[in-house]
Amino acid sequence: MSTPVSVTEPVVKPDQVFLPPAVHREVVALLSEGENVLASFEVDLDAQLRFAQGRVVLCEHQLLARAPGEARWQAWPLYPTLRLQHFDHAGVATLELIDDQGRLAAWRYTLAQNLVALRLIDQFEERIEILRSGHAPAHNSDEICLTCKAPLPPGEDECPICTRELYTPPSTWTLFRLWRFAKPYQGQLLAGFLLMMGATAATLVSPYLYMPLMDEVLIPFQNGQHIEPAKVALYLGALLGAAIVSWGLGWAKTYILALASERISADLRTTTYEHLLQLSLEYFGGKRTGDLMARIGSESDRISVFLSLHALDFITDVLMITMTAVILFSINPWLALVTLLPLPVIAWMIHMVRDRLRTGFEKIDRVWGEVTNVLADTIPGIRVVKAFAQERREATRFREANRHNLAVNDKLNRTWSLFSPTVTLLTEIGLLVVWAFGVWQVSRGDITVGVLTAFLAYIGRFYARLDSMSRIVSVTQKAAAGAKRIFDILDHVSSVPEPVKPVPMPRVEGNIQLRDIGFRYGNRSVIRGLSLDIRPGEMIGLVGHSGSGKSTLVNLICRFYDVSEGAIFVDGVDIRSVPVADFRRNIGLVLQEPFLFFGTIAENIAYGKPDASREEIIAAARAAHAHEFILRLPQGYDSIVGERGQGLSGGERQRVSIARALLIDPRILIMDEATSAVDTETEKEIQRALDNLVQGRTTIAIAHRLSTLRKADRLVVMDRGVIVEVGNHDELMAAEGAYWRLYQAQLRNADTAQLLEEQG
Amino acid sequence: MSEMNAFHLQHDAFGRLLLIDAEGVAHENVVPVRAHPITAPLEGISILSQDGHELAWIPHLDTVAPTLRAALDEALASREFMPEIERLVRVSSFATPSTWTVQTNRGEASFVLKGEEDIRRLPGGILLIADAHGIQFLVRDVMALDRHSRKLLDRFL
Repeated sequence: MSTPVSVTEPVVKPDQVFLPPAVHREVVALLSEGENVLASFEVDLDAQLRFAQGRVVLCEHQLLARAPGEARWQAWPLYPTLRLQHFDHAGVATLELIDDQGRLAAWRYTLAQNLVALRLIDQFEERIEILRSGHAPAHNSDEICLTCKAPLPPGEDECPICTRELYTPPSTWTLFRLWRFAKPYQGQLLAGFLLMMGATAATLVSPYLYMPLMDEVLIPFQNGQHIEPAKVALYLGALLGAAIVSWGLGWAKTYILALASERISADLRTTTYEHLLQLSLEYFGGKRTGDLMARIGSESDRISVFLSLHALDFITDVLMITMTAVILFSINPWLALVTLLPLPVIAWMIHMVRDRLRTGFEKIDRVWGEVTNVLADTIPGIRVVKAFAQERREATRFREANRHNLAVNDKLNRTWSLFSPTVTLLTEIGLLVVWAFGVWQVSRGDITVGVLTAFLAYIGRFYARLDSMSRIVSVTQKAAAGAKRIFDILDHVSSVPEPVKPVPMPRVEGNIQLRDIGFRYGNRSVIRGLSLDIRPGEMIGLVGHSGSGKSTLVNLICRFYDVSEGAIFVDGVDIRSVPVADFRRNIGLVLQEPFLFFGTIAENIAYGKPDASREEIIAAARAAHAHEFILRLPQGYDSIVGERGQGLSGGERQRVSIARALLIDPRILIMDEATSAVDTETEKEIQRALDNLVQGRTTIAIAHRLSTLRKADRLVVMDRGVIVEVGNHDELMAAEGAYWRLYQAQLRNADTAQLLEEQG
Repeated sequence: MSEMNAFHLQHDAFGRLLLIDAEGVAHENVVPVRAHPITAPLEGISILSQDGHELAWIPHLDTVAPTLRAALDEALASREFMPEIERLVRVSSFATPSTWTVQTNRGEASFVLKGEEDIRRLPGGILLIADAHGIQFLVRDVMALDRHSRKLLDRFL
């Protein structure tokens, strides 16, 4: 391609398209006079799907591309039949440039580039449209985000919804973050700290008294001198007094601080659980129950023990060491220096082992999570385990997890067990040094025997504390690992976030508008470019093969997940701009597997409206055709139902859950295979209950049995994430399309079933 | 060759794969997929039609004719993307989310690991690591990694 020497330098609008300087130079050379760059993105994979850098640049009159790994640029002038086509599979997207004759080029890139690529495609289509019809396509008056189709705030071109993904790792100083929870108790903590100082100081009085006891009482005694009994009594009394004061202060400090730390950990637990409940279903989908339970339960307990016991001890130790050091230096600086010599060595050792222990403890936690996960997997699935006689295999799995746990512990214990004896050895050596130096000083008359005795007494305590201080390393690491795992939850931003500036949502009319929505689960695109308008009060039946995206669509409307692309509007308001709880209040949900909480039937019906009166509960139960069977139970509405509603049949449970949905009187009703888990007779009963529920509400029903959707105003047929047909039963039957095929297939099945029944 | 392979594959002008079956019927835009892409990549290849129905089943890649094998290999290679991690160069932090820079069999790449649970163990000691965009990175054998990589990886396991 020739490079025209242009008088007016072609411009790349810097605010629109960012190009790295090197690319910018190359591209500018290829542009014709006055031509602008409209969009550009980096192609990060080559044709063999190896990581390599290339680039696609859209200009006003041509599309430029440099294939990954090549230095040469290719150019395609734009003409009306040119098209860009993109699709993705397993995290890799393909962009193809085609015209009527065939494919001209193809580029591959990871989904990280998807957003900019989509922007380029949009711009490309606009240019082609100009070539084709001579004028630009009519723009939407309001600026909308390219990915999510949500309106942008005026004057901003970054969509607040799309750019909220956070990839910053939490800080390593996790334990200090506990301060957030300690703050409300700072008064008590301060009082406890002062008491601790007093108590520690009191314990240091007695070794100090050894000096006069030795020098003024014992040695003169030994030398046959007379000593005043009053003097002896005074010293002994002082010893007793110091011990009692220290006991009293110690008791008060421990009590106050233990109270505070218990409260801190309780707050931590509650806050974590509250935060956890706010997280989206996506989060729960990716986590295992055992692991989450361990985090909130035992980890917070571990932090509590750490705060109330180990951290306290540690601070006491530090205080004691500092005070002792001051006292020792004030008595005899030289001896003090020798005494404190092993301290840096021990501190260095502690530092060395710290890192190893921390990773080790983190690992132990994770392995422990594995052990609980085996339990959490097996116990709820016990029927399957027993039915397939796999008890032995599950036991092996548990043993295996335990063995792994042991192996990891053993490895850590090798380091850990070496640690304590080494500290003890150093202590002994330290004492030896003090003895030797002390004896030499006494022999020279530099110090008295009393001073040496006091030093040895101080140092005995001192090193004993060092030994226990070394233990703090491991418990701190354990607590820090636990805190990290808890903050992992606390730091997790819900993928269904509360809006920053929430729009109040009063009682809705029930108009639902899906605008060009897409949803991706991992790298699988489950729903693509789906648009649908649902009128208030309309009943929509969603049909399609399993895996066609029906349940996902319903989850998106409930905002259990947020759409990856496009937007959902209820009464014209983007559901992402409304507080989640406000929005869900308008939605009644009846699921295939009704979940009943442990409690009475009345409580279960009133779950969505805890202050409902008994009359309301009974009215809802009547409407749900549940009233009569409830009355037949021994305790009526006060009957306790278990974790999964044990003691009630599937149909009965379903009707309780219908009553639950009826009680909150929602404007929007969603039924996900509400009747598919029960037999035809029960289904009829449930159907009557549902008919009551549906009246006057916008209803979206998913049903496998097409006959249950006979009342639907419109049927929406889905296939692999897109809508293939919309219309009522008669229209769709007449069209003989996808719905007709589904219907025929079910009819055949029903015939066979009937036939079998007759033969049987 | 057995009867099952009585079809052949070719590309059309749009770069799409065309399957012409034993009766000479052409199926447009077919996709070959592996049944066990990780644990047994050579066993069980299915060729699916545009709307996801199975058109042909190949029990083992080694049993097909060389020309077909080449066509299949090419089609599979352009579709499969599961970079195998050969070395961990560095990780931005040991707490997730963490950005990993890795050396793979498809060149150097960096990705964001959202949480430790995105590292999954498959039978046979294989690790499957999903990044924030859903790309799956593979570690075939942890023991085959160098010491530095193993040490980094160990912090997440």
